[in-house]
Amino acid sequence: MASKYPVSKQILMAVNGDEAVAYAVKQSLVDVVAAYPITPQTIIVEKFSEFVANGEVYTEFIPVESEHSAMSACVGAAATGARAFTATAANGLALMWEILYIAASLRLPIVLAVVNRALSAPINIHCDHSDAMGMRDAGWIQLFVENSQEAYDTTIQAFRIAEDPEVLLPVAVNLDGFFLSHTLENIRMLPDEAVRAFLGGHRKVHKTYVDYLGKEVEVKLDPANPLSFGPLDLYDYYFEHKMQQIEAMKRVPEVIRRVNEEWYELSGRRYGDGIIATYGVEDAEVIVTVLGSTAGTVRSVAKKMRKAGRKVGIVRIRMFRPFPFDELREVLKDARVVGVMDRAISFGSYGPSYLEINAALSELKSRPVLVNYIYGLGGRDVPPNLVERMFEELLDVAKAGGTAERLRFLGVRGNV
Amino acid sequence: MEESREWKKLPIAGLPYKLSLEYRTGDWRALRPVIDYSKCTSCMLCWLFCPDMAILWDGKKVWINYDYCKGCGICEHECPLGAIRMVPEGGE
Repeated sequence: MASKYPVSKQILMAVNGDEAVAYAVKQSLVDVVAAYPITPQTIIVEKFSEFVANGEVYTEFIPVESEHSAMSACVGAAATGARAFTATAANGLALMWEILYIAASLRLPIVLAVVNRALSAPINIHCDHSDAMGMRDAGWIQLFVENSQEAYDTTIQAFRIAEDPEVLLPVAVNLDGFFLSHTLENIRMLPDEAVRAFLGGHRKVHKTYVDYLGKEVEVKLDPANPLSFGPLDLYDYYFEHKMQQIEAMKRVPEVIRRVNEEWYELSGRRYGDGIIATYGVEDAEVIVTVLGSTAGTVRSVAKKMRKAGRKVGIVRIRMFRPFPFDELREVLKDARVVGVMDRAISFGSYGPSYLEINAALSELKSRPVLVNYIYGLGGRDVPPNLVERMFEELLDVAKAGGTAERLRFLGVRGNV
Repeated sequence: MEESREWKKLPIAGLPYKLSLEYRTGDWRALRPVIDYSKCTSCMLCWLFCPDMAILWDGKKVWINYDYCKGCGICEHECPLGAIRMVPEGGE
């Protein structure tokens, strides 16, 4: 199918992942950006403040004094009906934590770029997913991208997903620190007018019926139709309000699938079904699941091994929240062994996606053997030979029919 | 509250569907302020200091709206004439 904007009508730019996000925000008619710089997210804020200084955007840029304030300012802005964006990483995201829950509970469609970085201590500026996993229960949609092109595409899509009347939840776009944020890549951007049309122009505020006003009103701070955001809500109604958030999450996958397809019609690019992206899974004995940029390495190793006749496949999980239980059960059910790669660990437990996939497969009568690989903490490199060794280990587990060693560590020095 | 709504029938985002006036916070009160009008000079300091706007002026005198007075006792503390006394609810 020919896309509406073929490659010849797109703009080719050599940018790093952070700049790709900044350009996406520039094109997305964002009213307010409130941000505080932190490595490796800094370039997003730097680049965007250049657009502001040059008068290339009309956005109100608020250089706040902390990430807690950055998210608070976005909450305030979004509550007035503005389209709001911020970006952070690691400890900055941890400082936002309290307000992350408030943004989601107030159903404010804020978009946040998380440039994944390890949490302190010891202090480390390089990539892992422990920052993102700290916010997994906050009520945000979480998407993980594989490359800078996808970071650009997904940032624009995130506004559409967040603002969809069926959703109305904030979206975190995760891109791996340094591997993506600071690595130059050729990406293709759509013209401004294409992005604007895709987003339907400025943010449209949803409406709700309010008894004491006796009518449907836009859910925003407006003196003409006064509403209270976030007042006391005790045991009499808090539970009901949480039910609405739970239900809203259920509607997210369908919207992400639809937006992924629409983007494909526009740009010629799509990422699996928007939820997971697979390679070689149809006849695979061993399937590895992974989030983020490592998927590129794992896929290239899988390709090489398949050429040598080894039955291996890969599933990249693009949507982590809501978690794609049904999609993963469907794609993993016939594998003999599933290796789950996690770039984070819940201390005293397993990696976060291992626990979820274990739950996804629990209702199968005959289920694959699951092995959890913790990898890449603090930015530790995962070269192809290491990934190949992991596949070989998993093929051995398939041959043996099981393993007692369910939690493994890829690329750490010393015996476990 | 006179009714309990199920979750599908509530406005989203925790927005209240009733005005705060309908929440009678006076029932939180343990101590009730009582004005001795023989001492009160209508200086309005209690009206000024009341954090709940539960002390009102009717044009002739101040009075306390017990629907919203939480019984914090600030009015008693601020009254320069000792004209307000905190009385236990259910007592006297």
